[in-house]
Amino acid sequence: MTHVDGNILAGPLGELFAVDVTVATTQCVSCGQTDAVAALMVYANAPGMVARCPGCGEVVMRLVRTPAGASLDLRGCVTLQIPL
Amino acid sequence: MARTAIPGRLSWRVATLAETRDETATARTLLFDVPGWPGHLPGQHVDIRLTADDGYSAQRSYSIASHYGEDSQIELTVQKIREGEVSPYLTEILKVGDPVEVRGPVGGWFVWRPTDTPPVLLVAGGSGIVPLMAMIRARRAAKSRVPFRLIYSVRTPEDVIYANELRMMEGGLDVHLFFSRGVTPRRIGVADINTHGWPADFEPDCFVCGPTGFVETVADILVALGHRPRKVKTERFG
Repeated sequence: MTHVDGNILAGPLGELFAVDVTVATTQCVSCGQTDAVAALMVYANAPGMVARCPGCGEVVMRLVRTPAGASLDLRGCVTLQIPL
Repeated sequence: MARTAIPGRLSWRVATLAETRDETATARTLLFDVPGWPGHLPGQHVDIRLTADDGYSAQRSYSIASHYGEDSQIELTVQKIREGEVSPYLTEILKVGDPVEVRGPVGGWFVWRPTDTPPVLLVAGGSGIVPLMAMIRARRAAKSRVPFRLIYSVRTPEDVIYANELRMMEGGLDVHLFFSRGVTPRRIGVADINTHGWPADFEPDCFVCGPTGFVETVADILVALGHRPRKVKTERFG
């Protein structure tokens, strides 16, 4: 399964956040590598989108969209540093 | 950072196809009217949503090819993927007057602003040229003197999107076309990037766009040549 990158999250996350999260940096809980969300490896096949750390491959975030709403799992990310 | 802070909730709006322009045998530029378009930065993209009569919907992301000219039109250039679900529809069936839903502009990472001063290296694989062309067009419109180098990899000369525009020899933009299905098929390599890119100590802003494999190969080459990872921005099309 081929991956893309976190740029593809800009639209889906833009529906949930008032800022552009793809320019935020995140630190991976597994390996500590810091990347822009745009640089995460994203697997966008159903169900949902999974963003993995480009360093260690562990899951940083997951987004599932249903007609009723969205489920955002941020378990793999310690902090989101958001430039304002 | 205007336009990276989104006022209110980003949602879908209707775009109407106003004009089409075939770029190659398989790539078509679509010009959409989008009333209320807020403007966009070079490199940003939109998500498109098509909904069938039975309610089935499909979404894809497409980079905006045009530079923002204070009007409510955007251009997308779509490459038809034979086994694709959406691109054959957009390049062959969608006709002038038909509506689609768009969400955007989005994506504040893979963006070049005419106020940025470092030299710029653009590396495109196939349809990855689209967001980079928006940057070239914005540079031209701003009469910017920032030196740009483009390395554009396609299979054959017939696959070059925007061929006439890239042949224009505009000042400060160097274009190198790399053909991977030439007499001897080969992949782009260190020597190509080293010869036609900027030296790492010029600290250029690098933008690499195209299929995932191409982007990762080129990004690795740039880092191996000494460019700092944070100076290499990538957009993978899958």
